[in-house]
Amino acid sequence: MSKYKIEIKNLYKIFGPNDKDMVELVANGTGKQELLDKHGHVLGLKNVNIGILANSVNVIMGLSGSGKSTLIRHINRLIEPTVGEIIVDGENVLGMDHEKIRDFRRFGASMVFQKFGLMPHRTVIENAMYGLNIQGIASVEAEKRAKHWLNRVGLSGFEDRFPAQLSGGMQQRVGLARALATDADILLMDEAFSALDPLIRADMQTILLDLQAELHKTIVFITHDLDEALRIGDDIAILRDGELIQKGTPQNIVLKPADDYVADFTKDVNRARVLTLNTLSHDTGSKEGLRLDGDLSIEQAMQQMVNSEYNLVTVMNDSTPIGQVSLSDMVGAISRPDATNSGSTTTYR
Amino acid sequence: MGFFNEFPAMERTDLRDLKKGIDASFKDFSRSWGESIEAFFDPLFYFLVYFEKLLLSTPWPIIISIVAGLSYWGSRSWRLSAGAAISFLFIGYLGMWDNTMSTVALISVATFICIALGIPIGVAMSKSDRLQSTITPILDVMQTIPIFVYLLPVVMLLGIGKVPGLIAVCVYAMPPIVRLTNLGLRLVDKEILEAADAFGSNYRQRLFSVQLPLALPNIFAGVNQTIMMALAMVVIASMIGVKGLGVPVLQSIQNQYLALGMMNGLAIVALAIIFDRVSQKYGKRLQRHREGGSDV
Repeated sequence: MSKYKIEIKNLYKIFGPNDKDMVELVANGTGKQELLDKHGHVLGLKNVNIGILANSVNVIMGLSGSGKSTLIRHINRLIEPTVGEIIVDGENVLGMDHEKIRDFRRFGASMVFQKFGLMPHRTVIENAMYGLNIQGIASVEAEKRAKHWLNRVGLSGFEDRFPAQLSGGMQQRVGLARALATDADILLMDEAFSALDPLIRADMQTILLDLQAELHKTIVFITHDLDEALRIGDDIAILRDGELIQKGTPQNIVLKPADDYVADFTKDVNRARVLTLNTLSHDTGSKEGLRLDGDLSIEQAMQQMVNSEYNLVTVMNDSTPIGQVSLSDMVGAISRPDATNSGSTTTYR
Repeated sequence: MGFFNEFPAMERTDLRDLKKGIDASFKDFSRSWGESIEAFFDPLFYFLVYFEKLLLSTPWPIIISIVAGLSYWGSRSWRLSAGAAISFLFIGYLGMWDNTMSTVALISVATFICIALGIPIGVAMSKSDRLQSTITPILDVMQTIPIFVYLLPVVMLLGIGKVPGLIAVCVYAMPPIVRLTNLGLRLVDKEILEAADAFGSNYRQRLFSVQLPLALPNIFAGVNQTIMMALAMVVIASMIGVKGLGVPVLQSIQNQYLALGMMNGLAIVALAIIFDRVSQKYGKRLQRHREGGSDV
């Protein structure tokens, strides 16, 4: 068994009447603009290969038009690919017949939408029950489960309201409860928090992280917001014009951007919050200074240093010291990388 | 120059033969098939007769209570329900009771048929663009062709009486419900449909739990229009032997009976208003989720 819950292999999506014929052109390097101008086809995804880690939050990010929403819809086949494979638990989703794909959507993967996708004629509880109704679960049991999940997302007491009577953040909590209620392993979230204002968005991220700490779902989270990606992602994939540019941990993305496009994305990020002591730690042999856990972010570490009298940290892994980080290392790491001088003097582990 | 001044029309004799040919073949068709087509519509005829007799034989106080009760059930408004009862009392007092019952029977059956046929056609149309482009022109013809033009072949086939009248009413009154069902289903938010798909709904679940409920405002507008158009046909239906409020209106036109025409005409108006208000209120009540936008 691989460590990936979902494997996306050689996935191409081209929109247009002769999409299959265009694959070879695209594979041989025809660009998006050229494909549109000369052949009248729109390039959606180009040779995407991504492994989605089981039981973690996998973020796929990119700007509008980068193909991220198209990609997530391939996983439960709301969009048919041109060519490629999507393997979930060893089975190719693209080879499933109608009945099977419906089963997969009912039991295997549920989805949360950018504009919530709630049914306005159903009450909050009826919306949360929707997936269970479709699964054919008796209404008493379905209501019980829906109630439980509404409670978990903090919507107790709103069961009999209609979606139009709720604020955006509350509506999306209904969307989240509806998706969680089906008990599917995979949770597909398509820009789920993008339509919410920043404070509510942060709330929702917290709710999601809290739930994930307990549920360990395989989450595929689409966003165009790097801060959001860095905050909730265990793993981040960056798409541009339908192509995968870089994939890695949040720290990796920030420290080693694969190209200017990613670097441009990451330059305004609050690096102190993303980078951990582990990434900066280097072995000097010394064991002096404030002893802090390696998983602490630099922001947290600096806070602690200000409160103490040290300006040196010994990084601990459990109770073993593994290296040191000085205050100047930290300042160097969190300062914006200069466009002309990307090589830093700090050595990263 | 003659060519430009006179349209190069068909030879007169050819044209006459063409028309004669069409007439003759339709006559042959109606001679050989008329009876079986009539037999096909027999159940409809018996149902209509039965329903009319039922209305006529029921004592008037019961009818009025039923009218008031249905109005209240539909609209949840005492005023509307009282208004309906008073209108019926007036109608009866002015001697139009029997005709009104006949008209109510015809309109109810016609509306029922239009809904029973129109909604499924509208659903099918919303699914297929090709079907839509085939049916739309047919609906256009049904609504715009002068009524007498299709009244003639219907009368030739089925004679005069209730069934041809009912068919004439339905042909005219069905297009709105078909059109608006189709439109309503097509206007349902794509994102909500996608959500239904993403949770694995099948076609029936999607149609009945999402599409039809969300298309309801338009479907109800269609039902409403259908009732109104059916009522508008009452006078014309009376020309081919349908009893009801149309008959005295027709008499009044032929004999210049001003008061008779007015009274019966206003009785039709009263029926229209009652049907319209009750069905609209009922439709609104089915969509209570649309009320109270931001009441958190």
